[in-house]
Amino acid sequence: MSTPILELSGISKTFGAVRALSEVDFHVGAGEVVALLGDNGAGKSTLVKVISGAHPADSGGVMTWDGTPVTIGTPADAQRLGIATIYQDLALCDNLDIVGNLFLGNERLHFPGTLDEVEMERRAVELLDSLSVSIPSLRVPVAALSGGQRQIIAIARSLLGQPRVVMLDEPTAALGVAQTAQVLDLIERLRDQGLGVVLISHNMADVRAVADRAMVLRLGRDAGDFPIAETSYEEIVAAITGASDNPVSRRSTRTGSSATATKDKE
Amino acid sequence: MSQQTHATEDAEVNGENTGARRDPRLLATVASPSGWLEAVKRSLKGGELGPAPVIVGLILIGIVFQSMNDRFLSPQNLSNLTVQIAAVGLMTTGVIMVLLLGEIDLSIGSVAGLSAGVLAVLAVRHGVSEWIAIGVAVGIGLLVGLLHGFIFAKMGVPAFVVTLAGLLGWQGLHLNLMGSDGSINTSATGPIAMLTQTYFVPVVGWFLVAVALIVYLVSVLLVERRRRQADLPYKPLVEVLFRAFLLALPLMGGVWILNQYKGVPLAFLIFVGFVVILDLVLRKTRYGRMVYAVGGNSEAARRAGIRVDFVRITVFGIASMLAAIGGVMFVSRNFAASVSTGGGEELMMAIAAAVIGGTSLFGGRGNAYSALLGGLVLGAITSGLLLLQMDTSVRFMITAAVLLIAVILDAISRRGRKTHARGGG
Ligand SMILES: Nc1ncnc2c1ncn2[C@@H]1O[C@H](COP(=O)(O)OP(=O)(O)OP(=O)(O)O)[C@@H](O)[C@H]1O
Ligand SMILES: [Mg+2]
Repeated sequence: MSTPILELSGISKTFGAVRALSEVDFHVGAGEVVALLGDNGAGKSTLVKVISGAHPADSGGVMTWDGTPVTIGTPADAQRLGIATIYQDLALCDNLDIVGNLFLGNERLHFPGTLDEVEMERRAVELLDSLSVSIPSLRVPVAALSGGQRQIIAIARSLLGQPRVVMLDEPTAALGVAQTAQVLDLIERLRDQGLGVVLISHNMADVRAVADRAMVLRLGRDAGDFPIAETSYEEIVAAITGASDNPVSRRSTRTGSSATATKDKE
Repeated sequence: MSQQTHATEDAEVNGENTGARRDPRLLATVASPSGWLEAVKRSLKGGELGPAPVIVGLILIGIVFQSMNDRFLSPQNLSNLTVQIAAVGLMTTGVIMVLLLGEIDLSIGSVAGLSAGVLAVLAVRHGVSEWIAIGVAVGIGLLVGLLHGFIFAKMGVPAFVVTLAGLLGWQGLHLNLMGSDGSINTSATGPIAMLTQTYFVPVVGWFLVAVALIVYLVSVLLVERRRRQADLPYKPLVEVLFRAFLLALPLMGGVWILNQYKGVPLAFLIFVGFVVILDLVLRKTRYGRMVYAVGGNSEAARRAGIRVDFVRITVFGIASMLAAIGGVMFVSRNFAASVSTGGGEELMMAIAAAVIGGTSLFGGRGNAYSALLGGLVLGAITSGLLLLQMDTSVRFMITAAVLLIAVILDAISRRGRKTHARGGG
């Protein structure tokens, strides 16, 4: 496994009386897809927000970037390091076209203050080509795009800052089969380009398809770190729910639809 | 929809480096006037109507009124019309910026009135030089708008309420300033009066048209050349020339008609000048892009690092400043400021003109030219009914009908776009 770009240890986060994360360890390396798993409310989004600077962690934990300790207190800190985040709600401007959205807040100018549309469109074509993404026209408002295309634009947008770690919070939650495949393809392409990818998903099929490792959170605590290739579906479910006797395994015993050899997690 | 997705996937699976510009689904780029006509038809079907409905409406209004009274299209009537729409038109230009944010400004009528009052009180009662009085009136408008914007953006009070308070409060201040005078007459020869009394000799009009067309052609050709060099889709020369021709028609026709009376009026030129400047700011600058972004999705704009509060405060400032300039125009045309200046239908007409011209009430869509087009529609209706000696009651009802049509078109095209987009939040 590659050496980690980003490493967190002993990270905690409290919201008032709620301890959303306690003493969590996490790391992601170059060219690696790490799935972040856990039930609703387990703290996945909170961990992503800690890393992206949206909600800084409580004091006590240690974060390192390329081995050197760093503090991430604001979204700008995270962006400066090279961390890009695509949130669950995409945050695109429906009324602007693709080029406008890609460069929003980061426009290329040629004359003091005037937009260099030609340069922006050229760079947009280049970027989408490098991701082998094909979209009919870059000058349609993004309102006219399909859900998958919008997701891809949101991802492409985050890549303009040339990040080294990309975090995606449930990027396929609202997508159909074909569009999910498109986004998974894109995630693999990012991995092949040497980026570290953190993927939150409730869809185990997606996770098994693209992730190298699965890091599981349960009630804000570490519940295991599994290499996907060597771990069974049941083991991961057990870690997520916290018991070998869980609703998922009970259901499969009842229906007898699949093997139920649930091992205890280590 | 699902077919499209498959096509995209195929392209990716085959690993072909199909650039966005060579996508087979992209309908052929426009290479001839007939192709352009096709593109127009497509965008009409897609719910993106652009300025087509209002231009058609304007032509219809022209035909109807001309058939009822043949003085309607006379140079004198059209020339007066252009001067009459300037003041409300300037207010509309400001309203458009606020509408682009998805907000509303109900105070512009009162701000125009306050500006008129300040101008007259300073210039007449206190004998301040008219130029300085104009500057102070416009500056007060700017400050008032910045205050509205600040309360809206920083304190989270809905713009509707802030500007409703402004509607009342600034009208009160205006009445207070005027004191016991119902109206204050200004000089009929000073700079204030000249704003609406000046007409340019014919050659100036033609010169301006020539400059406008040359600047347009050169800038478009330069951009298209850069696009070709960058290997991006570009408009062929025929299309550029055709568009220039479409622009030349109203420009040259307008100047030709205005020259048959007294020449191009300064007041109209000021109005059009502000429209052009606003258009350039909105389309070509980072600030304009920020305005559209905040109007489209303020949360997305915030996450993209745009200072949303700054945009909101400045937009309200600019809108009130333009309303104040409108107030100056009212004084200039009437040679007086009265307690009723800006207190009547001005607010409604300014907002109606923006919507009739094609700026959406839902935020994020519209352009500066809707001030000109909408202003011309309302001005033409007013002037036509005046010629037919119909009174205000008829005018209000007809204006209401036109406004409703415009809003319905806006709502329909918005629904059309909504159903296009799916999923993905
Ligand atoms: N801003 C906040 N203020 C207070 N509590 C919060 C806040 N954000 C998260 N929490 C709490 O922290 C816990 C973890 O929430 P989080 O959003 O990280 O869950 P999640 O794993 O992303 O769940 P899901 O799968 O539903 O998205 C929850 O109990 C939640 O109520
Ligand atoms: Mg979440």
